[in-house]
Amino acid sequence: MIAEPKRIYGVAAEFSTAKALFEAAEQVRDEGFKRWDVHSPFPIHGMDKAMGLGKSWLSAPVLAGGIAGLLTATALTMYPALIEYKTVVNAKPTDFFTVPAFMPIMFELTILFSAFTAFFAMLVFNQLPKWYHPMFNWDRFSRVTDDGFFLVIESRDPKFAETRTRDFLEKIGGKYVTLVEE
Amino acid sequence: MARTLPPPTAKEIAAVQRPPLITNNRSLNWVTENVAGIVEGPTKLWWWVSFLICSTIAMIGLFCIGYQISTGVGVWGENHPVGWAWDITNFVFWIGIGHAGTLISAILFLTRQKWRTSINRAAEAMTLFAVICAGIFPGIHVGRVWMAWFLAPVPNANAIWPNFRSPLLWDVFAVSTYFSVSVLFWYTGLVPDLGTLRDRTTSKIKKVIYGIFALGWRGSNRQWRHYEMAYLLLAGLSTPLVLSVHSVVSFDFATSIVPGWHTTIFPPYFVAGAIFGGFAMVLTIMLPARLIYPALKDLITPAHVDKMCKIILLTGSIVGYAYLMELFIAWYGANPFERAAFWNRIVGGPYVWAYICMMTCNVISPQIFWFPSMRRNLIVVFIVCMFVNAGMWFERFVIIVTSIVQDFLPSAWHMYHPSWVEIWTFIGTFGIFLSLFLLFIRFLPMIAMSEVKLVSPEADPHHHVEDAQIGMDAHSTEVTE
Repeated sequence: MIAEPKRIYGVAAEFSTAKALFEAAEQVRDEGFKRWDVHSPFPIHGMDKAMGLGKSWLSAPVLAGGIAGLLTATALTMYPALIEYKTVVNAKPTDFFTVPAFMPIMFELTILFSAFTAFFAMLVFNQLPKWYHPMFNWDRFSRVTDDGFFLVIESRDPKFAETRTRDFLEKIGGKYVTLVEE
Repeated sequence: MARTLPPPTAKEIAAVQRPPLITNNRSLNWVTENVAGIVEGPTKLWWWVSFLICSTIAMIGLFCIGYQISTGVGVWGENHPVGWAWDITNFVFWIGIGHAGTLISAILFLTRQKWRTSINRAAEAMTLFAVICAGIFPGIHVGRVWMAWFLAPVPNANAIWPNFRSPLLWDVFAVSTYFSVSVLFWYTGLVPDLGTLRDRTTSKIKKVIYGIFALGWRGSNRQWRHYEMAYLLLAGLSTPLVLSVHSVVSFDFATSIVPGWHTTIFPPYFVAGAIFGGFAMVLTIMLPARLIYPALKDLITPAHVDKMCKIILLTGSIVGYAYLMELFIAWYGANPFERAAFWNRIVGGPYVWAYICMMTCNVISPQIFWFPSMRRNLIVVFIVCMFVNAGMWFERFVIIVTSIVQDFLPSAWHMYHPSWVEIWTFIGTFGIFLSLFLLFIRFLPMIAMSEVKLVSPEADPHHHVEDAQIGMDAHSTEVTE
């Protein structure tokens, strides 16, 4: 039985410095590629712009999470204290005049819910956890968390053409240009 | 008429340049090798010896907790009127230490203090371990720990809900939120570094374990974009949180009517004290770590120690101001009970020696940091930090015990002495704290590698080779956009 030929994930190249990767990204963006990415050991300032990406919208779910936390705290404190089981403690009121005493709890739960939303929304936006990824098949790629800078153009990009994309990456200064298998 | 200035001399340039954050011009790979190398190398003998000692002390502490739970809270020295003593002192002490980590990671992040990157990981870990130690005391001081679920916001006996107007319940929310958010913040920062350990290890088992916790991180810019936003948001959320936690802890006292506790200055005073004590503990731990791992000397430089000493000096002086202002208001407020409480605290009571200890350690000892040479002398720094650690414990003891040992009725006055169980429970928490910290430096990178790399000159996409010797801070203003 003949093994199925492996599908190509994309063409990847390595760059020597953050500066080289940054300049290469600008050229890939200008060339009109859409399905591509750069990998680096740390976030590179201005890379979002160099890749043509906008601002991250992570703040939107976090705002929603914060509002949910505030509403949860409001319900949690007011329902028992004002409606379900009014208890007079130290002669304090059991109507809306007692609400300032609930503000620390409202504050804490707003922060708690926002923080959890920030963390989990970041994972969802980044499609993590994802323990298998084709890029891990390339042995040089293990240096991405050390001092390696990589750029990959995916095969599903409409402008992708194996040899032409390879030549393009070599032209813009990419080293070790490699076909990465799926 | 325009007047041209002569070009700056080399001496003038040197005077305004900041010292580099990483000395000796180390490369990105050097950072990885030397930080990840600590985790990857063989376990050293000193580690085993320290861990054995610390975990033995922790076991003694756990035994004392078990003895107290099984016998009753009477094995402690508490009495009437001293219902709170070492238990709550230790709680506030540890919670205070837990403030430095989040301060370094959140507030210094928002204020763009790049030097934070060398110390934030270890300080955040220290925060978590300190909060764990703190959490033990409120749990066990109630006596019947199996009733601790009464703290939860659910109806308990006879369907009565807990009193949401009570600062003690606010404390439950504040401390548990603080711990949860600190864990999230710490772990978010760890993910890229766990990726480093995963990619470097040669052991199959380690690769799987680090790989699971690294979540498949691959440093893609499409990921970094959201990651950086998440980190910024967590920093923005943690900043008011860290200021709120010790404020809420201080409400436990400030909202009562006990003279000596009933003070509006408490929230800012407690927060300043927490930062003060927390930084002292960061230095207490980082200075020996720097000695044991000489490679860290290029990452935690004398300039870092210098900056932390300045924060200790500032917050120590704020704390000193608060002590004096408390005394002034006690006199100026003309409340006879308040005046009596403070008179007993500083002149007439049985714990005047504790007050003197507190003043000497917290207010006088850090003043030596006005001298730059003292901030550079690591032995002096370490000694002052030990003074501050002790002084901050005495501060909480003074506030809590001296205020209640002589309460409104002189016939009820009763001297307080700790029992051996209390003393060993407290020492035991140091064992727990240090054991956890030793495990941390054994299995996780104690320096945030990806963040240190980010502030290196090589990380700047507009970096020119000839600029390299200027140092990293010189680049902070010329980031794109």
